[in-house]
Amino acid sequence: MEKTLASFDIKYLQILDENGVCDEKSKPKISDDVLKEMYRFLILTKTFDDKALKLQRQGRMGTYAPMRGQEACQIGSAFALQKNDWVFPAFRENGVYMIKGVSPEMLYRYWMGDERGMQIPKGINILPVSITVGAHLPHATGAGMAFNYLNEKNVAVCYFGDGATSEGDFHAALNFAGVFKAPCVFICQNNQWAISVPVKEQTASQTIAQKAIAYGIHGIQVDGNDVFAVYKATSEALERARSGKGATLIECFTYRLADHTTSDDAKKYRDENEIAEWVKKDPITRFEKYLVDKRVINPVIIGKVKSEAEQQIEKAVKLAESAKPQPPTDMFDYLYESITEEMKEQREQASRENKIITKTTSGENSAKNAGVVGELEEA
Amino acid sequence: MTIKNMVEALNDALRLEMKRDKNIVIIGEDVGEDGGVFRVTDGLAKEYGNKRVIDSPLAESGIVGTGIGMSLVGLKPVCEIQFEGFIFPAIDQLVSHASRMRNRSRGRFTTPILIRCPIGGGIKALEHHSDSPETYLVHTPGIKVVIPSGPYEAKGLLISALREKDPVVFFEPKKIYRAIKEEVPGEAYAIPLGKANVIKEGKDVTLIAYGAWVKTAKEAIEKLKSIDVELIDLRTISPLDTETIINSVKKTGKCVIVQEAPKTLGLASEIIARINERALYSLEAPVERVCGFDTIVPLRLHEDYYLPSAEKIISAIERVMKNARGAS
Repeated sequence: MEKTLASFDIKYLQILDENGVCDEKSKPKISDDVLKEMYRFLILTKTFDDKALKLQRQGRMGTYAPMRGQEACQIGSAFALQKNDWVFPAFRENGVYMIKGVSPEMLYRYWMGDERGMQIPKGINILPVSITVGAHLPHATGAGMAFNYLNEKNVAVCYFGDGATSEGDFHAALNFAGVFKAPCVFICQNNQWAISVPVKEQTASQTIAQKAIAYGIHGIQVDGNDVFAVYKATSEALERARSGKGATLIECFTYRLADHTTSDDAKKYRDENEIAEWVKKDPITRFEKYLVDKRVINPVIIGKVKSEAEQQIEKAVKLAESAKPQPPTDMFDYLYESITEEMKEQREQASRENKIITKTTSGENSAKNAGVVGELEEA
Repeated sequence: MTIKNMVEALNDALRLEMKRDKNIVIIGEDVGEDGGVFRVTDGLAKEYGNKRVIDSPLAESGIVGTGIGMSLVGLKPVCEIQFEGFIFPAIDQLVSHASRMRNRSRGRFTTPILIRCPIGGGIKALEHHSDSPETYLVHTPGIKVVIPSGPYEAKGLLISALREKDPVVFFEPKKIYRAIKEEVPGEAYAIPLGKANVIKEGKDVTLIAYGAWVKTAKEAIEKLKSIDVELIDLRTISPLDTETIINSVKKTGKCVIVQEAPKTLGLASEIIARINERALYSLEAPVERVCGFDTIVPLRLHEDYYLPSAEKIISAIERVMKNARGAS
C-alpha cells in the first residue's frame, strides 16, 4: 500500500508590484499618516546607507555592510511591531533599529568602531548587531519560550539572511520554536547572495519559506521589495504568535543591490545585468509612485522628506564624530558584573601602556592592507 | 545535616533555589521525567512542572542558544549538557554570544545563564564521555568556570552560581558524583565563586588540585606522612584565585599542580606562568605538573594510564622535594 501522508503548499504574497500597481483588495489598512511615516523611514534608511558608504570611502568609518535594496523588508516588518516586541537583528537592520527608536548617531558610532553605539537605550527592545551568521536565531526562540513561561504577550522577531538558513542554528531555532510553540517571527531577507554564493547554491529548496513545513510552523514567501506584502505578512505572523498559534518563517524575496560589505567587490562574481534588472524592482521607487498616484504625497512633500532626511543624517554624523572618545580601558569594564582581580591588574597595565602607545593606523586601513574581502560573513 | 553524595547535594541546591527564585528554569536533554542521565534533576519536574524543567530536543547549541534568549528577557536558565564531549556544538553560543553580550551592549543586556555539565574520566565510559575541556572556557573572557570537589562544596558553589549575574559553566566531575558521601546541611548556603579553599595548611610543598582530583590529592597526602603538604582546592578555575596560590608558594617554595586535562596550555600552564610572574624567586625547585597527556583519552582498558593518580602525585611531590635547593 502506498498513500500520501501529507501535502503542503507555499503561498506567495505580492500587493504592490514593481510598476507601483496595487492590489487594493489585499492591501492592509494603513492610514495616510502612517503611509507617510513609512515613506519617511524608507528615505531615511536609504540616506543613512548612502552616507555610510561615503564615510567609509573617506576613511571616516570602518567596514560597513550596506543594505540598499532591502528597505521594504525592514520598514514593512518593523512597522507591524508593537513596542514590547523584542527584535534580534543580524547586521544590516539599520531601518529596523531606527523604527525601534535607536538613533542614526548611535548606529554610526557603532560602525565607526565605538562599542557604545550598541548600548541600546533602556526601554528599546532590540539586541545589538549580531555578526556571526545564524547563531542569534536560537536567542529569539528562547525569548519566545520565556514569554510563554512569563505569560507575556510579546513576540520575538528575528532577522537574518539566506546564508543563515544553512547554519545548524537555523535548524535548532525553528525546531525548538515548533516544539515549544514559541511566539516568534523569523524574517529571512533572502537577498539571494551570501557574499559570492547565490541562493541556488545555498539550498536545493525551491523556496526558503517551505523549510518552515519541516518544523511544523507557518511559512510564507513575500515580495520583499513590497512594503505592503511585508507589512501584511508580518502583522499576520505577529497575530498568530500572540494568540498562541506559534512561530512563522517569512521569506522576503529581495536583492542585495550593493556589495556584501565595503571590503567586497561584487563585480567579481555577479552579472551587472542582474543588478540592473533588480534596480527596476526598487522597493522605494514603486512605493513612492503609488503614494504619488494616491495623492498621499507630492513632489513638494518628497523634496521635503528627502532634505529633512539629509539634514537628520548630517546631524547624526556630526554628533557621532564629535562624541567624547570612550576610554580604551572600557574593554575591561563590561566583561563581568564586577571586575575580577586579574582583570583589575590587566586594566591597570593597559592604563600604564596606553600612555606610551601612539596610534599609527586605523582598523579599516589594516583590513584593506590585509586584502580582507569578507570579514563579515553574508547573512 | 544529612549524609549526601554529590548528585544529591546538587539536586538539593537546585530544588532550594528554584523554590526561592521562580525565574529559574532548567532545560536539557532528559532532564524532566528521567531526571537527567546522572539523576541530578531527579524529581524536579514532578515538583516544579514541565514548564520549568524542560525536556529539550537533542541539540546542545539549541539548549544554550535558547537559554541565552531566555536570560536576555529575565529568566535564569540552567542548561544541562549531558556530557562534556557533547558541549562543542554549544561552545559557539558560549564563546560568540553568552560571554560577549554584556560587553557588546556596554552593559545594557546580560546573559546570566548557568551551564551544568559533567566532566572528566574515571568511570570507564565511551569515547566523548571522559574528556576535560575546561580550558576552552577558561580561555574565554566573560565566562566563569566552576568545578566542585565534593558534595558539600558542590551544593554551596552551585547555589552561588545560581545567584550569579554572569554566565557560569559549572562542571561536575562524574568520577566523584557518587564516590564521596559526606554531611551536607539541609538549608541553602553559598560558597563564593573566585575563592580557592586551603584544605590543609603545610610548610613543605603546595599541592594544587580541583574537581575529582582533590579527593586523590588528599589520599596522596595521607601516604606522605613525612612531608608537610599544603593542599589548595581551586573551586573556581575562572577567575582564578591567584592570591591564595601565590601566598602559598611564597611560603612553601615548591608546587605541584594536578590537572586531568591535556598538559599543553592547560590550567597548570597558566598557574605556573602566574607563579613565575609573582613568586619566581621564592621557588626552590621547578614546579611539577601531574597532567593528562596530550593524547585522546583512552577507552576503558587503558584509561588509568592516562589519568592522574595518588601514586603519580606522590612521586611528583617527592621529586620536587628532592630537587629543591638545599635538599640533602
